[in-house]
Amino acid sequence: MKTMTIAKAINEGLRATLANDAKSFLMGEDIGSLGGVYRVTEGLKAEFGAHRVMDTPLAESGIIGTAIGMALRGHRPICEIQFDGFVFPGFNQITTQLAKIHTRSDGQLSAPVVIRIPYGGGIGSIEHHSESPEALFAHTAGLRIITPSNANDAYWMIQQAVSCKDPVIVFEPKRRYWLKGEVDTENNPGDPFTAHVVREGSDATIVAYGPLVPVALAAANAAADDGHSVEVIDLRSISPIDFDTVEASVNKTGRLIVAHEAPTFGGIGGEIASRISERCFYSLEAPAIRVGGFHMPYPVARVEEHYLPDIDRMLEALDRAFAY
Amino acid sequence: MGAAQQSATGIGSENGTRVGPAGASAGVLQPHTVGERDMVQLLDAAGNRRHEDTFGPYVDELDAKTLRGFYRDMAVVRRFDAEATALQRQGELALWVPVVGQEAAQIGSGRAMRPADYAFPTYREHGVALTRGLDLADLLKLFRGISNGGWDPRENNFHLYTLVLAAQTLHAVGYAMGIQRDAAADSASEPAAVVAYFGDGASSEGDVHESMVFAASFNAPVVFFCQNNNWAISVPFEVQSKVPLVNRAGGYGFPGIRVDGNDVLAVYAVTQWALDHARSGKGPVLIEASTYRVGAHTTADDPTKYRASAEEEAWRAKDPLQRLETYLRAEGLADDDFFAQVKNDGDELASHVRRATLALGGASIRQKFATVYAEAHPLVAEELAWFENYEAGFAAADTQTSQGGAA
Repeated sequence: MKTMTIAKAINEGLRATLANDAKSFLMGEDIGSLGGVYRVTEGLKAEFGAHRVMDTPLAESGIIGTAIGMALRGHRPICEIQFDGFVFPGFNQITTQLAKIHTRSDGQLSAPVVIRIPYGGGIGSIEHHSESPEALFAHTAGLRIITPSNANDAYWMIQQAVSCKDPVIVFEPKRRYWLKGEVDTENNPGDPFTAHVVREGSDATIVAYGPLVPVALAAANAAADDGHSVEVIDLRSISPIDFDTVEASVNKTGRLIVAHEAPTFGGIGGEIASRISERCFYSLEAPAIRVGGFHMPYPVARVEEHYLPDIDRMLEALDRAFAY
Repeated sequence: MGAAQQSATGIGSENGTRVGPAGASAGVLQPHTVGERDMVQLLDAAGNRRHEDTFGPYVDELDAKTLRGFYRDMAVVRRFDAEATALQRQGELALWVPVVGQEAAQIGSGRAMRPADYAFPTYREHGVALTRGLDLADLLKLFRGISNGGWDPRENNFHLYTLVLAAQTLHAVGYAMGIQRDAAADSASEPAAVVAYFGDGASSEGDVHESMVFAASFNAPVVFFCQNNNWAISVPFEVQSKVPLVNRAGGYGFPGIRVDGNDVLAVYAVTQWALDHARSGKGPVLIEASTYRVGAHTTADDPTKYRASAEEEAWRAKDPLQRLETYLRAEGLADDDFFAQVKNDGDELASHVRRATLALGGASIRQKFATVYAEAHPLVAEELAWFENYEAGFAAADTQTSQGGAA
């Protein structure tokens, strides 16, 4: 066991990948000598060379599009998109090309490109630097989407993403980059496309992922003071979603809260609420309740505290659920 | 008076602006160097052989059989194209994308490639497909709604057709960068290059720009082959660019060649030169092949609504097949028997394509479920299971109905 931050855990995961897979390499803006704007790739260029840690021109479609070509040639590109809000120039390549090449070729071709995207708010930044666009990608068949919430998952998920034969987007919770945790570099935590119950409870279930998992855990602890036993699930995988784990939990607790920073309208929470309503109809004591961003472009930093789900917003949702 | 009007009068030339020609000072970009009439040509529209020092030697060394092969390829692709158009008109294809008029650009560039080279086509490169050895019947699977691909690109180093304009130019550059990485890892690997096909319409897409930036920055072994057929569906070339596209190469810092795209010999020669350039580590090249889409954009298009028939007639006079036939006959390189044989070959190919298309059968929704992901996926599995159960319900109902009817 080693204690490290999430950023360092991803760095170590990338280091292990580069060392173990000669076909793998990193590409993105400012990831080489600078080590990335968040220093997630720090030291990797010096260790593996510019050939394995490529600074690219400042062009997101170019990054994804050329990564697709290199993957078709048998290489394993790991792309960094510098910020969530800057993925959109590459959106066409991700959704019309990367996601579809396997099925377009009737299963003959694969483009196992990995795309790392720091996402989410809470860092007091300027426009386009705090968004959570995961639902836009989850709606696209052919992509897989995972998001770690802790250092151990961060270390392993990036390596598991590279091993996957499908394209994988790894959304990295940027405001948790400096959150420390224990990393077991010997034993991987198993299938990355599964949810984990990170706190057991009997009265309600909070499903969260990425940056909101620590918030959900804190809300569950606060609820315990009021006598409510709240289970917390770290979704980990946004596509596919491990509905079985959520279903088992809700059948036990009878109440479901889904929390994410992204706007609730058309979001992942609605998908989970709908599916769990079908699966757990007779177990539910209350309708599934979503806690998320409002239907507005991500607001200016000075008011983002009102936008981002926090402990109180989750407790308010629990109150509503318990009121039924 | 509004601010806009004030501003407009403030910069008007009648007010004595100082803005004139920028002059020839250092730091002032001079106009483009390749004009609308400039192009490499080795066989003119009348079939006369022209001599040119850089590219001529690539053709001088060709034997009669190869030259006849160029003609044969162009003629059978034209025949194939007519058959596919007929299949669409008869309701056997949802759509067809005619290639007529562009045969020289495609056969010339395709024949310049080696087996280890790789082509990334648009959706109109039927001639290139022929040169790569595809069974042309496979091209029709896409247009018959049976597959979104239709062949294994790795068998002939000919990628799938890409319908989102210019997306494939980035894939081509990435693939070329992959070739570079392989060469760096294994110096004994066979030198190879990539040809990225695109058209004048796609040249306005951002991906073409980004692909050229990446290719230049990483010195990728890629040849950008633009078939400028003068029309992006109904929009004329002048809307995409005010100057020949070849001039853009200078902005990226690599060579550009404008070639008569209806002259198969010149296209072959310049593409050979460009591929040699790319394979030998000297980086990318842009080729602009000046040609013309004689037919419609697709079988759903109607060119009479946007262009004059006189323009079409002017381009028919520059027909790529006619000029090579004239040359081959004048030089005594081909006789009537050869041209009769070519016609026969074209008819046989057309017959094969028709038979193969009609025998294609249907598509399978189960195959689509099976190919969304390369690895197992619980949602796809769940939806497939639901679908099978749903379908089985109909089968059970049918059985009950037929049993009831019998009783």
